[in-house]
Amino acid sequence: MSIGWYLAVSAIVFAIGAGGVLVRRNPIVILLCLELMLNAANLALIGFSRMWGNGDGQVFALVVIVVAACEVTVGLGLIVALHRRRLPIDVDELRELQG
Amino acid sequence: MSATAAAWIALAAPLAGTIVTGALFRRLPGRSAGWIGTAAVAVSFVFALITLAKIQSVAPGARELTSTLWTIAGTTGVDARATILVDPLSVLMICVVAGVSMLIHLYSVIYLAGDRGYSRFFAYLNFFVFSMLLLVLAGNFLLLIVGWAFVGAVSYILISFWYRRTTATTAGFKAFVINVVGDIGLVLGTFFIFRHTHTFDLLASFHAASHVFASGSGDVTAGCLLLLVGAFAKSAQIPLHTWLPDAMEGPTPVSALIHAATMVTAGVYLIARMHPLFQLAPAAGDVGAVIGCLTLLIAGTIGLAATDLKRVIAYSTMSQIGYMIMGVSIGAYTAGLFHLMTHAFFKALLFMAAGSLISAMGGVQSLDRMSGFRRALPFTFGSFIIGGLALSGVPPFSGYFSKDSILLFAAGRGGWHWALWAAGYVGALLTALYTFRMIFRAFLGEPCAEARELIETGHLHHAEAPTNPANGEIEDTDVGFPGPDHAVAERAVPMRAAMGTLALLSIVGGIVAIPHVTSWLDHFLAPTFADSTLVGNASNGVLALGLILGAVVSLGGVAAAYFIWVARPALAGQLRERFAPLATLFENKWYFDELIDTLVVRPGAWFGRFSQNTFERVFINGVLVGGSTGLVRASSALVRATQSGMLRVYAALMLLGAAAVAFYFLLQS
Repeated sequence: MSIGWYLAVSAIVFAIGAGGVLVRRNPIVILLCLELMLNAANLALIGFSRMWGNGDGQVFALVVIVVAACEVTVGLGLIVALHRRRLPIDVDELRELQG
Repeated sequence: MSATAAAWIALAAPLAGTIVTGALFRRLPGRSAGWIGTAAVAVSFVFALITLAKIQSVAPGARELTSTLWTIAGTTGVDARATILVDPLSVLMICVVAGVSMLIHLYSVIYLAGDRGYSRFFAYLNFFVFSMLLLVLAGNFLLLIVGWAFVGAVSYILISFWYRRTTATTAGFKAFVINVVGDIGLVLGTFFIFRHTHTFDLLASFHAASHVFASGSGDVTAGCLLLLVGAFAKSAQIPLHTWLPDAMEGPTPVSALIHAATMVTAGVYLIARMHPLFQLAPAAGDVGAVIGCLTLLIAGTIGLAATDLKRVIAYSTMSQIGYMIMGVSIGAYTAGLFHLMTHAFFKALLFMAAGSLISAMGGVQSLDRMSGFRRALPFTFGSFIIGGLALSGVPPFSGYFSKDSILLFAAGRGGWHWALWAAGYVGALLTALYTFRMIFRAFLGEPCAEARELIETGHLHHAEAPTNPANGEIEDTDVGFPGPDHAVAERAVPMRAAMGTLALLSIVGGIVAIPHVTSWLDHFLAPTFADSTLVGNASNGVLALGLILGAVVSLGGVAAAYFIWVARPALAGQLRERFAPLATLFENKWYFDELIDTLVVRPGAWFGRFSQNTFERVFINGVLVGGSTGLVRASSALVRATQSGMLRVYAALMLLGAAAVAFYFLLQS
């Protein structure tokens, strides 16, 4: 199976994730969409790794998974903190951090 | 010790004096600053005399000694070295400068005793002596320019010495600005010479000049004319003379030292020093002679009408320097320097005596207020008479011989120089008239209140409150204004010593060059001016005519002054009525101030305002400054607008950016 199919799936998943980040307002959904984008990238990496026949891409994908886990931890922590302070769970309302 | 080593020490001593009095000015008790300053200049004078003695032992053909301490800048085409040139001309100058300066320092020790700026005064005065010695000893154009600028700066500083007096600071500005015009002339003139000779060294320039310049060629004439501009500004020649009468705002010893005896004669020295160049530019010499002649006449007529004691002497200084400039411009170098020397003696004496008179008047300088000081100040009166007779050129005083030797040379040149000769005698008549007008008005007649007080009580008159004599403003006696109490000059020993020495020199100073009797000065200066091609050998008949005419004119002038201002006191007023337009012209100083104001100051001020209102406001402020701030402000507003805090907008922009980068690389491959 050629690399093209893997990349096509990866691109579609990435686009879905990106679209979700842009259109959704709920931070939890945005986090989910971010995970989609990361996993799309992982898919592409694994695909390339398979194409070249060496493990470097897989190592990279493992690193991305670790980083994604950390990121989710921080992101969910933030959402919990927002909830505790009774702030709206809506990224368009949370716009005080501006230049 | 060689002659050059002695000259270096003579140069260094006043600088050391400046540093000591300037650095320790808070710690020097009493009059010690004055004595240190005087001692420094005395050391300088002693070493100047040693230089004089040493150079006599050198063979006459080799009396152009140079000595270099270090190289300031030496690259291709530039040879700037700290070089002094010791030749008869510079030795004569350092002896006169250091000698007269020493006496004036001695006078100032007492004269300034009550002033709060005492140490400061001596630091400045010593620095002036250093600058002047640097100017006359300079062995290349660079040091000459440095010395030239230094004396101008010290002149400004000392005119404004009483810096809380607005009249004094204004006069200082005026002197500085006009002197800078002269500095520019000197620098540009140097450039014209340097362009062709490719060396800053004076002797090398003179040597090269005769090879690279054709006689009367454009560049050497332009260079010499620019040097003349420098000389005119420094020596207060028309039309750059208006600063000198105003410079009398400074303390009287400053007037005596800088604005009579030494600095203002720097122009004469410059022309004499540059004589090999001026010989190649006869047109420049003619300009100098005509301007000098005009100055001596115009200044003389203003002196007749001026009523401020010090300004009368200032105009007489201008007039006498007119003689010298005329002399050195027509080639009478020895005679011009002879007059420079005798003038330094009698003019310093006159200023010292004027200082004594002014302190007796409690600071008032107007001749209209003075009368009858003859018995109150006998020593000052004697000094004035001796100085006045020497200035008027009454035989056998020094001024008689020096003035006549200039005019004799003019007669010897023949042709149109006879007009200069005649004008010189008219000037001599004016000199005698205004000098003795001043002396008779101040010393003869009924004693005024101040003179009576001095005769009856033996104390100086004190005004209720110290005032500025120029505009009557009330002053205090703190630093920045004249001190509270002036000594009666003629009772203090140092002042008497200074005035007495100068009086003696004014009487006998002519002895160095009496025609057909002594010719020491001619012999001494001969090596410097041996290459002069301008000769003015008058016949013995002309010599006798000149000497007799000089004596008759000066004595006649004194007699006429006596007749007009003493014997027939009403006559002066009648003459003024009779020649009212002329008197108005003289009293308004020939309207030179107004002329310069109209031609230079007002257009300059108009242009300045125009630049400020139009160029500065519209172009600089509006376009350059406003434009760049506007650009920054607009672009920052643009960037600020994107900082909305909308997370999804940020994310979209980031994606767009990443997509743009990706597209770029895709298109590249």
